[in-house]
Amino acid sequence: MNEAVDFKIVEAPAKPISMNPKKFGMWLFIASVMMLFMSLTSAYIVRQAEGNWLYFELPTLFLISCGVIIASSVSMQLGFWAAKKDQFSKIKTYVAITTVLGFTFLVLQYLGWKDMVSNSVYLVGNPSGSFIYILTGLHGLHIVSAIVYLLIVLNSASKLKISSSNMTQMEMCTTYWHFLGLLWLYLFVFLTLLR
Amino acid sequence: MATIDVHHHIETHEHDDHGHEHHHGNFWTNYIFSEDHKVIAKQFLLTGMAWALIGGVLSVLFRLQLGFPEANLSWLKPILGGWLTADGKIDPDFYLALVTMHGTIMVFFVLTAGLSGTFSNFLIPLQIGARDMASGFMNMLSYWFFFLSSVIMFVSLFLSTGPAAGGWVIYPPLSALPQAIPGSGLGMTLWLVSMALFIVSSLLGSINYITTVINLRTVGMSFTKLPLTIWAFFLTAVIGILSFPVLFAAALLLIFDRSFGTSFYLSDIYINGVALPNQGGSPILFQHLFWFLGHPEVYIVLLPALGITSEIIATNSRKPIFGYKAMVGSMLGIAILSFVVWAHHMFVTGMNPFLGSVFTLLTLIIAVPSAVKIFNYVTTLWKGNIRFTPAMLFSIGLVSFFLTGGITGLFLGNSAVDIQLHDTYFVVAHFHLVMGSASFFGMMAGVYHWFPKMFGRMMDEKLGYLHFWLTFIGVYLVFFPMHYIGIAGFPRRYYSWTAFETFSGFADLNMLVSIAAILTLAAQFVFLFNFIYHIFRGKPAPANPWNATTLEWTTPRLPGHGNWPGEIPTVYRWPYDYSKPGSKEDFIPQHIPFSETPESNLPHENDQIKLDLGGAGVGGDKH
Repeated sequence: MNEAVDFKIVEAPAKPISMNPKKFGMWLFIASVMMLFMSLTSAYIVRQAEGNWLYFELPTLFLISCGVIIASSVSMQLGFWAAKKDQFSKIKTYVAITTVLGFTFLVLQYLGWKDMVSNSVYLVGNPSGSFIYILTGLHGLHIVSAIVYLLIVLNSASKLKISSSNMTQMEMCTTYWHFLGLLWLYLFVFLTLLR
Repeated sequence: MATIDVHHHIETHEHDDHGHEHHHGNFWTNYIFSEDHKVIAKQFLLTGMAWALIGGVLSVLFRLQLGFPEANLSWLKPILGGWLTADGKIDPDFYLALVTMHGTIMVFFVLTAGLSGTFSNFLIPLQIGARDMASGFMNMLSYWFFFLSSVIMFVSLFLSTGPAAGGWVIYPPLSALPQAIPGSGLGMTLWLVSMALFIVSSLLGSINYITTVINLRTVGMSFTKLPLTIWAFFLTAVIGILSFPVLFAAALLLIFDRSFGTSFYLSDIYINGVALPNQGGSPILFQHLFWFLGHPEVYIVLLPALGITSEIIATNSRKPIFGYKAMVGSMLGIAILSFVVWAHHMFVTGMNPFLGSVFTLLTLIIAVPSAVKIFNYVTTLWKGNIRFTPAMLFSIGLVSFFLTGGITGLFLGNSAVDIQLHDTYFVVAHFHLVMGSASFFGMMAGVYHWFPKMFGRMMDEKLGYLHFWLTFIGVYLVFFPMHYIGIAGFPRRYYSWTAFETFSGFADLNMLVSIAAILTLAAQFVFLFNFIYHIFRGKPAPANPWNATTLEWTTPRLPGHGNWPGEIPTVYRWPYDYSKPGSKEDFIPQHIPFSETPESNLPHENDQIKLDLGGAGVGGDKH
């Protein structure tokens, strides 16, 4: 062994694989939001199994809001691709469209609530109704947070701060928006199947 | 090579400027709204210690009632005021509030925020070789959410209707109906607000810890070279991210039940003969949601302590930790199992007996990884050159509590035996030993061990020994007798047992427990003096006082912002090269390359050394 000491010796430990910490943090945040909704929907199942459950039709508006949220995800993705190709004016347009669709979604959810109220399903009453208000309300709050995020992205897009070389913010916002869209589809399917 | 060197120089310079800026920051940015992980860790530690003191005093107050039910406590009038009855006894409603707040404070504010908050923040960047956390700003927010939550919980102690009093598990309907007990009024509202903020703080912290551990490790710091502390903090944060949102969901529905009239947890309730309008709710639903957090929470509290202990026991036995991979595997096993055992807290809620036996089985499986850990601690100690520093004593104390407290878990985890033992003092004894005292000892061990790195000074060892022995004996004197009281069937949370003939035989035992509790609390003041005095007057710490291998001891005595003034060290070996055969020293730090220690290298370690022979052929090294 002593021979080796006479020579120049190189040890090259590997650099650990890592990704952008902000993006990673966003995924962890998404995981915690998912746990929140998972626990509420499992609570729904547990409670439903105990009987004394009020049956009523989901407002059809919720189906329309599914369409809107899918459309908004498409426009967000187009915005993302535009950013990758440095098409600056297109980024703004698509993000703006997504924001408008987000607002539309919130309005539809609100009208859906009004529908339920006119069906005499209130927040206060049988938990089968209360759960829907809580689930949609909580999801709506997350949509509000995502719309604030979209506005921030829109602001940096108009300052030309988003480009193919500076994608972090755009990518995180797109991830979050897609997640919330998927979350709503999950909630809708869940609530439709488990009436 | 040259280009790389130049690059490093640039980095260093940039960093120095950065550090400079921060040194010139004002008092507010340096010590209050700091984004430096070391300052935030100290903030968590000091807040946690303040809470521990409050929680401890509360426990002594209710122990006075339990140990000396006939005593006249009117000398406490200046502190407790209206909470004493006319004949100088603690008001029964206040007794329930004391128990509730003691539990809440100790579980969440001391052993979650105080333990994870302090040591995850302090050690993660220092031990993985990072300048700071992934997001210093989020880290700062995490502390201030915790602080706000602390303030609200603290304020609730002074309400005229008292703080929350439904037990730390806040089961509805008791906690949901303000008419039920005074503590379910404003006190409960503040409890929920405070806990909601606490959850936000905990999630911000956990996201940061995980992101940092995965993405910010220094060159060479692979997962198999991580110190076990970091593994423990990492898994704790993962558990936190998956379980705290569930507590949030439970609390959210409870808030709606309390304040907006929904009936998630309420049904068919009569108060004073009047039926409440709530129909269709299920109180068991709350228990499911609560314990889905509640059980993982036990490991959120315990795992960091186990990680700290692994590190300290290996360092002070001067031996590599026995079964590093088994330690990681068992922590992983515990983390996964912690999510599938929650219903063992609910065996007597009318659960299907078959489901009960499934949860019994899953619960008892946790004994396997736990036993692996104890076995590995003992085998690490076996034939080591043990140095009994205070930190080491506290770590060994943890192993002792983890064993004695863990064994009673086997009884409680059994759905049939639990019918007898449920909600008795046996449960109190079990979890105070295995989770409360064990985690507290882990925390203390951590403070004694990393005090030199935190404050650049040494604590007094003799006072540390005194603190350890008083606390160790005190804890056993407090909790061991409780097993007997519990087996006899005495239920927890009861204000008084003297009215029952069956239990009056335990008056002496209860008195002993109370005296021991007071002495144990008194012993903590030895620590407080030792801690505070030596922050200012301790003798300056050497760079590596324990001859440890991990990276934090390669920083300057008082690391500035950015931790290393120059380049971050590269990691070549695992953190447990203690007493390696052939080596001159009995420890080789992680940043020492194998090429510098040819005398102690193992064959596979030699293989990692490549010879850079420039233009020469491979045969060139033979001359």
